[in-house]
Amino acid sequence: MDTVYNVSPSPHVRDNVTTQKIMGAVALALLPASAAGVILYGVHALLVLIVSIASAVLSEYVFEKITNRPVTIYDLSAVVTGLLIGLNMPPEVPVFIPVLGSIFGIIVVKQLFGGIGQNFMNPALGARCFLIISFSSQMTDFAAKGGIMGASAVDAVSSATPLATLKTGAAFPLGDLFLGTTLGTIGETSAFALLIGAVFLLWIKVIDLRIPLSYIGTFFVLVLVTALIRGYEAPLYYTVCEIFAGGLMLGAWFMATDYASSPMTANGQLIYGVCLGVLTFLFRMVSKSNEGVSYAIIFMNCLTPMIEQFTRPLAFGIKREKEAKHE
Amino acid sequence: MKDNKDKPLERIWNGIYVENPVFCLILGMCPTLATTTSATNAIGMGLSTTAILVASNLMISLLKGIIPNRMRIPSYIVIIASFVTIVEFLMEGFFPSVYASLGIYIPLIVVNCIIMGRAEAYAGKKGPVESVFDGLGMGIGFTLALLLIGSVREIVGAGTWFGAKITPAIYEPVNLFILAPGAFLVMAFFVAIMNKLKIGAARRTDWDPTENGCADCSSCAKLGFCGGKPAAAEEEVKA
Repeated sequence: MDTVYNVSPSPHVRDNVTTQKIMGAVALALLPASAAGVILYGVHALLVLIVSIASAVLSEYVFEKITNRPVTIYDLSAVVTGLLIGLNMPPEVPVFIPVLGSIFGIIVVKQLFGGIGQNFMNPALGARCFLIISFSSQMTDFAAKGGIMGASAVDAVSSATPLATLKTGAAFPLGDLFLGTTLGTIGETSAFALLIGAVFLLWIKVIDLRIPLSYIGTFFVLVLVTALIRGYEAPLYYTVCEIFAGGLMLGAWFMATDYASSPMTANGQLIYGVCLGVLTFLFRMVSKSNEGVSYAIIFMNCLTPMIEQFTRPLAFGIKREKEAKHE
Repeated sequence: MKDNKDKPLERIWNGIYVENPVFCLILGMCPTLATTTSATNAIGMGLSTTAILVASNLMISLLKGIIPNRMRIPSYIVIIASFVTIVEFLMEGFFPSVYASLGIYIPLIVVNCIIMGRAEAYAGKKGPVESVFDGLGMGIGFTLALLLIGSVREIVGAGTWFGAKITPAIYEPVNLFILAPGAFLVMAFFVAIMNKLKIGAARRTDWDPTENGCADCSSCAKLGFCGGKPAAAEEEVKA
């Protein structure tokens, strides 16, 4: 009995993809957006990003040490969570807010439900919603003091966010939305930087197009129809503005596609994306609030197990009940 | 342990710790989650429920001989509703501010499942003295649980305790805790702490199923302690 055989069930095919590599790729893909945020909003934005990442990693380390679990900070998932929390903060937010958000996201949303892969909703979005409910005034104060936006002639205090302008039915300069020279959270404004990251993730096949395209596509159609019905000027231009404004780009490419909290099945991903589009449309265009991406995503995160159950593919050789009865 | 059963002190300890209605039986969730926005509300709700629980337990225990079995639930509701009405009027007269902030939750004590549960599970079967102490224990357990949840929610969520500011000025209240999600979060943390305490205690002592009379695991309230393992082992020995 000297030889220990490794007896394990299938699958036996191995790949050298690890959690660390995937999370590293996501972090890398978020770098353009982070850089854009720092350039646009100044040094304080950089401080917020660093503090978010550090507190997320530290919370994960401390929790796992206290509960005697294997320390998983080297898989970089906490770095991604912290970075996403930082990108979801307004540029001049007091630093204690992202720290609280990281602690909540990592410990309550992720670790208490079993750690990586077990979280029932995206930890970064759970943290964001926790913070928006708790500190609504600080979390919706998008005034910029540093960087390009702080230096520009825009009156930072009184000028509205793109979504607030769009809410009134007026269009917003599309070039500003694309480059990100608008007011918003650190990482959400520059659609250009986010798309660079998204293309990178698609290219190395960390994400696929099903969730983002069904999400944005559904949202596009619904907003276009509404803009036509409501008789807005230049409905197509308005709809494109809606897509590039606010957190939709960040949410659709980087947060709705989180592996643990989105469906695994292909059909499930399409259902998930369409529902996200409908919910975001309802929040933005029908309800009173300006933004609805984060609530839409965490809502659908909670429905993910149900979607998976309804779209479970059949194993080879197994027949559905109805077909089996026919025979 | 069997000898102690139904003794006044055992009943009170049972209500506070062993079968705490909120943290162990998970009963009465609606008032627990809705009225614990502040410590004052929590105490008001807890004490009024305790008064009604003791009175209805006593009345039901006294009347159990003449209530027909098939009509017991309507009878219990009539008895409980009468006491709720009395408490409602008393509160409106003497504590109008608490009455105003608890609002609909005072009349809703009629359908509080702790009161119905104790009537059905205990007062309808036992004598008046035990029933009074059972109601007292359950009521105190409920009040303490509400006070704990209410205190944490008020201190973290508003920076005050019983309406007085106790946190330093630099502290920024976390609004979430006095809203509905905060109630679920705080409640869940206390249930987790309670489970940790009890399961830990059960592991430290050698749990003897025969001594504790839990040979039949399906009906045992303390299944969480042993997971049914000692009883199963016992059966194997017998076989």
